[in-house]
Amino acid sequence: MNRQGMLILAVLGVGAVIGAPFAIPAFITQLSFLWLMVLFALTWDIMGGQMGYNSFGNIFFFGIGAYVCAVIQRDAGLDWHVAFFIGMAAAAALGVIAAAILGSGMLGLRGQYFAIATLGLGIAGGEIASGWDYIGAGSGLVPPLYPGALGAREMFFYFLFLVLAIICFFTLRRLYSGRFGLAINAIRDDEDKAESMGLHTTRYKTIAWCVSAFFLAMAGAGAGNMIGFIDPRDVAFAGLTFGVWMVLMAILGGKGTLWGPVLGAAIFHITQELFWTYLLGWQRVALGLLIVVIVVFFPTGILGWVREHYPEKFGQAVDAEAQGAAMGEKAEP
Amino acid sequence: MSALLEVEGVSKVFGGVIANADITLAVPEGAIVGLIGPNGSGKTTLFSSIVGQHAIDGGSIRYEGSEISRLRVAEIARLGLLRTFQQTRIYGGMDCLKNMLISISHRREGLIDMLSRHSAEQVDEADRHLEFVGLYEKRFLLAGDLSFGQQKLLEFAMALMNGPKLLMLDEPTAGINPTLINGLIDRLKRVNEEIGITLFVIEHNMRVIMDLAQHIYCLAHGELLADGTPDEIRGDNRVIDAYLGAH
Repeated sequence: MNRQGMLILAVLGVGAVIGAPFAIPAFITQLSFLWLMVLFALTWDIMGGQMGYNSFGNIFFFGIGAYVCAVIQRDAGLDWHVAFFIGMAAAAALGVIAAAILGSGMLGLRGQYFAIATLGLGIAGGEIASGWDYIGAGSGLVPPLYPGALGAREMFFYFLFLVLAIICFFTLRRLYSGRFGLAINAIRDDEDKAESMGLHTTRYKTIAWCVSAFFLAMAGAGAGNMIGFIDPRDVAFAGLTFGVWMVLMAILGGKGTLWGPVLGAAIFHITQELFWTYLLGWQRVALGLLIVVIVVFFPTGILGWVREHYPEKFGQAVDAEAQGAAMGEKAEP
Repeated sequence: MSALLEVEGVSKVFGGVIANADITLAVPEGAIVGLIGPNGSGKTTLFSSIVGQHAIDGGSIRYEGSEISRLRVAEIARLGLLRTFQQTRIYGGMDCLKNMLISISHRREGLIDMLSRHSAEQVDEADRHLEFVGLYEKRFLLAGDLSFGQQKLLEFAMALMNGPKLLMLDEPTAGINPTLINGLIDRLKRVNEEIGITLFVIEHNMRVIMDLAQHIYCLAHGELLADGTPDEIRGDNRVIDAYLGAH
């Protein structure tokens, strides 16, 4: 695609995401959840896709974020917005610290052993939260109500998640295009080789989890407030819904690609909403079927399938002609 | 005399099977040293012991005068002691250029470096090494799609990118098109002479190793059988017996 076409597409895209809540105000909450789903898929893909470490415990950082922010909002006694953003910053910091500590202990595990170990994280989080009175125990925690006028609340959270998702996307794009991206790809392809070439593998893996936790904790801080009620098992440490969805969305779109998780999140979220609307009563069955179809027909995801069939679109030249074209592009100053 | 790499009395046992018994050898700086021996004589085990892939059961391994037998794989690699693998190990899901770029030395690497992008010089250097092994035209191909021989060359180029002091090659010519072997010998010699990388080479192809190495060690049944110049090894009856199965 040429530069001009890209620019027009970008402008249209920006216009669409900013205009959407005004054009279809009835769907604003669903749209906010769409951006949350994009965040879920993007952050899961750092470890699961780019690095080849399937994590089923990323929801843990989301839950930490939700609780940390809500507790600060509850106890700080500040203006809502001030307390919220302080809470969000604290959530991000604690998420990163938790990832660094857990990472140094768990990232020595490889492959399926790591996956199983992370499975326990979300469950442990939910159990601890539902037994701890300070954060509301089993009856959950209600963050302070958004102070604005009617409708302003939805608008606020829509743009909060939009901005978070965009920052996350561009941060990852920047990181993937540098040494960090190559290092985690190398760990995915052959970790023993990466070690024998002198890579600080544990450091790279820990950073990857920290980046993931950073955005997930902020998403949790926002989501707790948007949903308005933090249940330990169904909202904060919702391993069976959010925790599984983030894996599915990344796989559906194509794990290990930048746009795959975004695409997967959009398709997954829209289909899921449609199931809820038109197949009520059967929505979980339909969702289950969708998951089976994804895994059977798109094991490498939508973008993975496209990359297999049109590798030259991804800069992988397979014959002399495409090779020449790719090199010509590179040779220009 | 202090060599770059000194292996002294190294033993390695795998559950009763003695893979290496009391091996002593030295690789002087700037040299090309060969390691030969029949299949199963413990050559690759010795390589793995040196680079820290498994703990040794006895003896000592010194690199630049300091003991490295207790260090971990990545730490040893960062000291500039690198190995390539008999069964090639490359990053199959990445293109050749990316394989090269991530193979830079990680000796001094802070958080900023880890999150930074590659400099133009690094890309140039990667291109230069790819050109050197004849893979420049394939630099945007997935490394996993290359043939075995090409992967072998890529792995060699990746090792050069890392800028090691001592490079240990495990059968560099195995699986490489015979017409390309002379070119590879020539390149190995150039790497040794021009860049000054010391080479320690396992090789089955006698013609190659006799041409390449200045000093050759021969292993058999996990023990050091003989060592000497290529001519001495060629004329050594014990070596010939080991290969022809007199043992």
